[in-house]
Amino acid sequence: MSPPLLRRARDAGLDVAARHADAVDRDARFPTEAFAALKAAGLLGAMVPRDFGGEGATLADIAAVCHELAQHCPSTGMIYAMHQIQVACVVQHGQQSAWHRTLLERLAAEQLLLASATTEAGIGGDVRSSSCAVEASGGRFRLEKNASVISYGEAADGILVTARRTPDSPASDQVIVAVLKDDCRLEQTVGWDTLGMRGTCSMGYRLSAEAGIEQILPLPYADISARTMLPTTHILWASMWLGIATDAVGRARAFVRSEARRKPGATPPGALRLAEATTMLNQMRASIVGAVRQYEEALGDADRLTSMGFAVAMNTLKVGAAQTLVRIVEQALLVCGLNGYRNDSEYSVARHLRDAHSAPLMISNDRILGNTANLLLVHKDTMGLFG
Amino acid sequence: MRATAWTALGDETAEDVASMDTTIREILADSGWLAVDVAALSDGDDLYAAGLTSHGSVNLMLALEERFDIEFPEQLLRRRTFESIAAIREAVTGLRNGTAGA
Ligand SMILES: Cc1cc2nc3c(=O)[nH]c(=O)nc-3n(C[C@H](O)[C@H](O)[C@H](O)COP(=O)(O)OP(=O)(O)OC[C@H]3O[C@@H](n4cnc5c(N)ncnc54)[C@H](O)[C@@H]3O)c2cc1C
Repeated sequence: MSPPLLRRARDAGLDVAARHADAVDRDARFPTEAFAALKAAGLLGAMVPRDFGGEGATLADIAAVCHELAQHCPSTGMIYAMHQIQVACVVQHGQQSAWHRTLLERLAAEQLLLASATTEAGIGGDVRSSSCAVEASGGRFRLEKNASVISYGEAADGILVTARRTPDSPASDQVIVAVLKDDCRLEQTVGWDTLGMRGTCSMGYRLSAEAGIEQILPLPYADISARTMLPTTHILWASMWLGIATDAVGRARAFVRSEARRKPGATPPGALRLAEATTMLNQMRASIVGAVRQYEEALGDADRLTSMGFAVAMNTLKVGAAQTLVRIVEQALLVCGLNGYRNDSEYSVARHLRDAHSAPLMISNDRILGNTANLLLVHKDTMGLFG
Repeated sequence: MRATAWTALGDETAEDVASMDTTIREILADSGWLAVDVAALSDGDDLYAAGLTSHGSVNLMLALEERFDIEFPEQLLRRRTFESIAAIREAVTGLRNGTAGA
């Protein structure tokens, strides 16, 4: 029997991802070594149910892995999170379709890597709208998407793509299709030379796919989004962001401790800020744990998962975690001072800060707040303290 | 504004149902939330496939609350409640009869 999931993640994170994290960031390259290690450890297909050859890992298990990996290499953590969001959609909504059952078996047996193409040129982060459409004829379909961001598109074995159901459908009537490498052509339109999250290689592409209509997930994307993609995205992103925050606070703590050792008896001035950062870190952790619990309680209950209260809970998790991450890393930087600002110091939080600033943009916090504000026109908070 | 024909709670007549349908259709037609002509939709047609968005459904709910003098409880604030004209009618009728969400 292989060691527990988190142990395997820690080994891959410490031994491999951490060693290459600087090069991945500097060269904005895919974390090849880390993903070879994750595949070898069977971590990519871990969420696939046992019936299909996986380990049946829960979302909580996967969230813990994201948190672990991001402490060593945030790009690795984010790619792992994005892959698992796609896997969750296939696990939750593909089991009644023969094609997707085979995909589940392949995800487990071959440890395939899945990417996502929701963002579209001209639409941006409004994931519930598409301009491109599936054009079906004779059991096959064609799809062209001007996908302005597809992380690790070139390294992926398959991509889940959103599109309008038919060329006549309104923008919000979407489906999601799984296309494999051989079904599609990616023509790069824009590069990925960014402030942070550089190893995610989130280039823009013109995606052209041709495949069988059985590859379209049967449920409308609106349901898949509300029931699975939205909650798993916000939970796994937040868990991965917590990993960045944890490592930044860890460095701040190490800095304060070394100061304290040098002048025993006097509490270093940064200790107070460290206490503040730790307070925020614990709040962030608690909000994730609470959201995971809410998700697990609602799992399998379509009405609860598509309720406004649930959407509000997941939206607020994302917005709160993204804001808190930036503030925590800023505090850590103030604690460490110039040593935190340097790229080459053991207390550096420079990469953490660059990576953290992607969080509020990744599906813009303002967009999510706007969406939540709309729901609050009718939503009533009827929750007790424990749900 | 409260439609007087419905103030007597309890068994809706066929006429009441038809009149409620007309009102729901009027709200949908006036709103511009759908991408298709409301007249072309049958009672059971999927409103989300017709272009209703999450944003649109919130506004639809507010308009229904105002027009029928009702308030949607939290357990009805979910996708299925607004998926078709028939589903909306059922929810509104239930709220007016005090049997909603049962
Ligand atoms: C590291 C990273 C990896 C990513 N990977 C992928 C991927 O693999 N696949 C994928 O599909 N996408 C991916 N994305 C894209 C992401 O999901 C969002 O779509 C994207 O970040 C939004 O881009 P935008 O800011 O240009 O667009 P917009 O969402 O259009 O936002 C632009 C600006 O307009 C404002 N704005 C727009 N609309 C509103 C509104 N309604 N209310 C308030 N403000 C508004 C926003 O605040 C923002 O400042 C990735 C993004 C990042 C950062």
